[in-house]
Amino acid sequence: MSATAAAHAASHSVARMPSHTGPANKRIVTGYGFWIFLLSDFVIFASLFAAFAVLVHNTNGGPGPHELFDLKSVAVETGALLLSTYACGLASIAAHRRSAIGFYLAMLVTAIFGAVFLGLEINEFYGFIDKGAGPQRSGFLSAFFTLVGCHGLHVSLGMLWLFTMIAQVFAKGFRDDIQRRILCFSLFWHALDIIWVGIFTAVYLYGVYL
Amino acid sequence: MSDARQILETAPGDEADVEHEFGGGVMGYTVGLGLAALLTATAFVLPALNLVWPPSLPIALGVLAIAQMGVHVVFFLHVTTGPDNVNNVLALAFGALIVFLIIGGSVWIMHAMNANMMNPAMHM
Repeated sequence: MSATAAAHAASHSVARMPSHTGPANKRIVTGYGFWIFLLSDFVIFASLFAAFAVLVHNTNGGPGPHELFDLKSVAVETGALLLSTYACGLASIAAHRRSAIGFYLAMLVTAIFGAVFLGLEINEFYGFIDKGAGPQRSGFLSAFFTLVGCHGLHVSLGMLWLFTMIAQVFAKGFRDDIQRRILCFSLFWHALDIIWVGIFTAVYLYGVYL
Repeated sequence: MSDARQILETAPGDEADVEHEFGGGVMGYTVGLGLAALLTATAFVLPALNLVWPPSLPIALGVLAIAQMGVHVVFFLHVTTGPDNVNNVLALAFGALIVFLIIGGSVWIMHAMNANMMNPAMHM
């Protein structure tokens, strides 16, 4: 590797030739930095998962996972978020091709499925609180609302970011810095679906079947 | 810049690589969607149909979840084994270690503590 780099350095002027170990492309550096942020977010969620796993049996005589969770609704939520992530991937392809129409359409589909997910989740939370199973009822419910609510909050903020990106592409076009923001947004949105995989397994499926 | 060098330095989605399709293109995302949907459907259907020996259910569901996370990381987040992705993979490995320590450590410690306290409310 160093032999090729040396040969290249000899054949080109050193100032113009980016060294193999030199600064990487801005897109790679930005993606790496955002990836570090996402991993720190995963660590935050790991603590919430740990708190939930520890507190799941502490129902204090209140309703437990069996009585509360509706797996059909959770399955629809999961499907909506998965399709939303897929549409977000299509949006980054459209952005890469600099197709504004494709980008707006894919982002709108992403937003619609995201909204379906959020609507079902808010409906679920509302139903729990209506039954007197709010976050203050038991340790299990506190941990549940903190973990799933934190994910829902991330999705809500992601929706805000989603519409910001639509507006930025509309106002500024596919500039390099906008492309990097789209990259970060898509990383964020895909990461939320990874966390949801953990939630539907560790919270809902484990809760109902174990 | 030679072709070999360009391949070495560019990743899916790189700015310099405009003629390449982003992240494996629509096909890449569709394969990812198909695999993720399959794993999700299996996770939801498996326990409902009593297809597996019940005590092995947590392991089965855990394996399905980790497999799906892997599918997402590869097909949606495009963490690859390419030379410009070494930092991302190392960061991911460190993140996975911390996540494992926090969740595994908390569950282990609290389980042992509950067992030693002999709290009648905790039949774990």
